[in-house]
Amino acid sequence: MSDGNQGGVNLKVVGQRPIRPDGVDKVTGRAQFGADFHLPGMLTGRIKRSPHAHARVVSIDTRAAEKLPGVKAIVTSADFDAGAAGEVEAGESHAAMKEVAANCLAHGKVLYQGHAVAAVAATQPEIAAEALDLIEVTYEVLPHVIDVEAAMAADAPVLHDDMYTKGVTPKPGKASNVAAKHVMGRGDVAAAFKAAGVIVEGSYETAAVHQGYIEPHACVASWGADGQSTIWCSSQGQFLVRAMVAKILNMPLSDIKVIPAEIGGGFGGKTTVYLEPVALALSRKCGRPVKIVMSREEVFLASGPTSGAVMDVRLAATKDGKITGAEMTLKYQAGAFQGSPVNLGLMTAFACYDVESLALTGYDVVSNRPKVAAYRAPGAPMAAFAVESAIDDLALKLGMDPIDLRLLNAVRDGAKTVYGATVRCCALVETLEAIKASPHYQTPVGKGQARGVAAGFWFNVGGESSAAVHVDEDGGVTVVSSNPDIGGSRASMAMMAAERLGLPIERVRCTVADTTSIGYSGSTGGSRVTFATGMAVVEAAQKIVADLKRRAAQTWECDIAMVEWKDGVATCIDPAKDVKPLSMKAIAGKSAKTGGPIAAEVSLNAQGAAAGFGVHVCDLEIDPETGRTTVVRYTAAQDVGRAIHPAYVEGQLQGGAAQGIGWALNEEYVYGKSGLLENASFLDYRMPVASDLPMIDTILIETKPNPRHPFGAKGVGEVPIVPPLAAVSNAVSRIVGRRMTSLPMSPAKVLAEMAK
Amino acid sequence: MSGVDYLAPASVADAVSALRASAGSARLMAGGTDLLVQMRGGRAKPEVVIDLKRIPGLMGIRGEGGGFVIGAATSGAALGEHEALKAAWPGVIEAANLIGSTQVQGRASLGGNLCNASPAADGVPALIAAGAVCIIEGPAGAREVQVEKVQAGPGKTTLAADEILLAFRLPPRPARSSDAYLRLIPRTEMDIAVVGVGVSLTLDAGGVCNAARVSVGAVAPTCLLVEAAGVALVGTTLDDAALAKMEAAVSAACRPISDKRGTAEYRTKVACVLARRAALIAKDRANA
Ligand SMILES: Cc1cc2nc3c(=O)[nH]c(=O)nc-3n(C[C@H](O)[C@H](O)[C@H](O)COP(=O)(O)OP(=O)(O)OC[C@H]3O[C@@H](n4cnc5c(N)ncnc54)[C@H](O)[C@@H]3O)c2cc1C
Repeated sequence: MSDGNQGGVNLKVVGQRPIRPDGVDKVTGRAQFGADFHLPGMLTGRIKRSPHAHARVVSIDTRAAEKLPGVKAIVTSADFDAGAAGEVEAGESHAAMKEVAANCLAHGKVLYQGHAVAAVAATQPEIAAEALDLIEVTYEVLPHVIDVEAAMAADAPVLHDDMYTKGVTPKPGKASNVAAKHVMGRGDVAAAFKAAGVIVEGSYETAAVHQGYIEPHACVASWGADGQSTIWCSSQGQFLVRAMVAKILNMPLSDIKVIPAEIGGGFGGKTTVYLEPVALALSRKCGRPVKIVMSREEVFLASGPTSGAVMDVRLAATKDGKITGAEMTLKYQAGAFQGSPVNLGLMTAFACYDVESLALTGYDVVSNRPKVAAYRAPGAPMAAFAVESAIDDLALKLGMDPIDLRLLNAVRDGAKTVYGATVRCCALVETLEAIKASPHYQTPVGKGQARGVAAGFWFNVGGESSAAVHVDEDGGVTVVSSNPDIGGSRASMAMMAAERLGLPIERVRCTVADTTSIGYSGSTGGSRVTFATGMAVVEAAQKIVADLKRRAAQTWECDIAMVEWKDGVATCIDPAKDVKPLSMKAIAGKSAKTGGPIAAEVSLNAQGAAAGFGVHVCDLEIDPETGRTTVVRYTAAQDVGRAIHPAYVEGQLQGGAAQGIGWALNEEYVYGKSGLLENASFLDYRMPVASDLPMIDTILIETKPNPRHPFGAKGVGEVPIVPPLAAVSNAVSRIVGRRMTSLPMSPAKVLAEMAK
Repeated sequence: MSGVDYLAPASVADAVSALRASAGSARLMAGGTDLLVQMRGGRAKPEVVIDLKRIPGLMGIRGEGGGFVIGAATSGAALGEHEALKAAWPGVIEAANLIGSTQVQGRASLGGNLCNASPAADGVPALIAAGAVCIIEGPAGAREVQVEKVQAGPGKTTLAADEILLAFRLPPRPARSSDAYLRLIPRTEMDIAVVGVGVSLTLDAGGVCNAARVSVGAVAPTCLLVEAAGVALVGTTLDDAALAKMEAAVSAACRPISDKRGTAEYRTKVACVLARRAALIAKDRANA
């Protein structure tokens, strides 16, 4: 395990900002993303998708398509193994494999527009497209339900007739769209409200939003004649893809090799499978490699957005602003299958605040939308939108500065969270104070502008990871990571190894291995990689240092205790020995004489991840005649433990803020009356473009390094998407003069609100 | 996109006869920024693509009779670099330059913008306000028609199947004339107009408006010339009463739909706001 925290003082590589190792390939177009891989004899796969929001699949007639010259295979859910049962660890949650399979190819019913019903592999893309048109699917269209509260209504069309709400006793007598009810709490909420000096309450809603990664899902799958199969794909976890495909196609894990491609964004959305089992089933049928690439429209229609939510919140506080109790109800869209992150919404909602009494209820609700997938801090941003709006109301009601109010209620080390953990190495107070002291907050709000403040929390996680460190014969080092690099982890892995080995960063390279070339690892998600995989890297580097010292001692014929390893060089501190120091290069060059190749691999289950806290402040203005909002200044501060590569950490804060601002202002899934998505394109799904945003300033708080990580790292990728929804809406609300309760705050909505 | 023939005729006559010969299976292409996207998405399935960019006169800008003639396939980037054109018609050029991104500007043309016939086309309200005239060539020879007569509905024009738009003619500019184009998009670029408004006007020596044209986009199946809105400005100094009258005329002309891009009510309101702002910008420019 780690030998405790190294002080920041003596670090030579950690904390620096070396040029990103993946940068040149990405800007020159040399990087190989999911869609860039080709094999001889490769076929194009295409997916036939449902035109209806909800329908029974009466029949699928593939005969005409099969006869089309060039068509080599067609699959439906009948080609999956019905045995796909059990669960697979998937990022923040477990995925029920039966449902993942039925999401990849519909079984009996289609549950949303774009739901896959069949797939074809053909020699040419045009033939594949023609074959799709020839596949005849007969549907019996069923009534559909899109919105979460409508889906909860007693007379709503039921998606799954075997879905009985979990978490209620006695078991309901009737199937419904409510997959589960979650309850969490403590203390005496009724008493808190009875004794309250002030009460604020509100109802909020947010729209479903997509992760918006630039790279659409893509894979190549190749079935071998002996059953040994290979999949090339971009995902957040090659081991996760392997596990899911193995379950769905009923194969042993060792028969599948998954080779991770460079990934063009995931944000949680690539912690499941859509295409891979389909492509491999096609390949299994025809014996040729099959490539499937989603179009952007398919990405919007059939890959995970995150939940839209309907939320009620009530706060009880003393006249001085101490929050004593809170009630909250969350209703989250799960999409077509159960598994919204509502539970995480409940756990995170009040995690920034020390509130004695809490009563929290959450509902996981299915409707005729694509199944949700993880999205940065799954479940937290919506809940924080409601809570941070309510706290803003409280600040307005009490005439308190919003930061002072949060300081008064902020959690500190030793506090108990509602889910039972004890808060430790928490720097929320320092983060709030840093925002308060920031040039931004110290500058008066501009004329016609308003300022919003909000805080946010994420657990950050550890878990299973593997890493290897190989010393090359010339004394350079290769770090082998088990995790796809979506946020710059190759840089931070290399830096942590370089730090421990005493090498300059230029001598250390990091690569991401396939499933056969490194031990198991959980996915890249939950902000776990720098913490958990980083821990494996550092431990492997420590093993290397121990080995190098042993080899130097052997060479010098001295006691190993007399060998010191510093700056990449072994020195003998035994005054009796007159020997020259041995460099990494010297030891590596003669490794055959001291025991052979120098390498170490470490697999571990990292414990002790530390939660992160963020505080954002947003200044904006609104065109009073058009309702159009312009963000003019934005600062994000975050408790990061220690920033291994500060530029990457700042990038995470900026990226999270940008996505959160989009969520607040313009992004939404728009459905028409017939239950069909009306804006499945980047033209009408309005993510912010670069010119929409000011430079997002960042403040990294490093006062509380995580003692359970060798260099003090906490996860940093999730927290920054949590505060922006409310930071933006708190500012908008101040200009509009009334609480904005519904996201997105598109120009039309804001103008209508201003006209009231 | 299999089996598409590509032709790049070097004369208008060749283009017209290729168009005739194709009997409806061909599509003309200027910059291709609409057409190619539609072909990739399967919404357009031509058998022949006739590229217009090699035809003399289709690319480029020339002065004629005190005004300008703009080749129908001239790119937005070329328009933006033409200083004299920009000085005379800043509204037309700002509209053309709003289209897409830097990359799209290298190709996108006003001819394509008009003939694609989107009610939200940015270039079209500015051209209508400018009083631009289309020079159209067909088997029967050339004809000229006002821009506002070309769009017939979403995706439809009044051009015959074998006609080609050759150029736009912008009239000579009297002193103290200018124009402006404004659009509302929720973002700052790479978005489609929720509303677009073009205003062109001329002031007399005393600052009184003696000619004005107002055109709105994205509030009806085609971009509209709102004659009454222009009339409301004529004879005034664009005082509040005149602007209110103009807004009322705009509001009366709007018949938008409610869709994912905006509600009918919002579009109508914003059309009035933008018309007022564009009129005042055009006035300031005319006075400058
Ligand atoms: C990323 C992106 C962003 C965009 N942003 C905008 C925007 O902000 N505002 C906007 O208005 N549009 C926008 N567009 C749409 C498009 O770029 C414009 O409409 C552009 O002006 C089309 O010009 P083009 O020369 O590329 O037309 P093309 O695609 O070549 O042609 C368009 C249509 O007109 C026909 N046509 C072309 N020339 C002639 C001719 N001379 N005679 C008869 N018919 C002809 C073609 O057959 C076709 O049907 C955008 C497009 C993209 C891809």
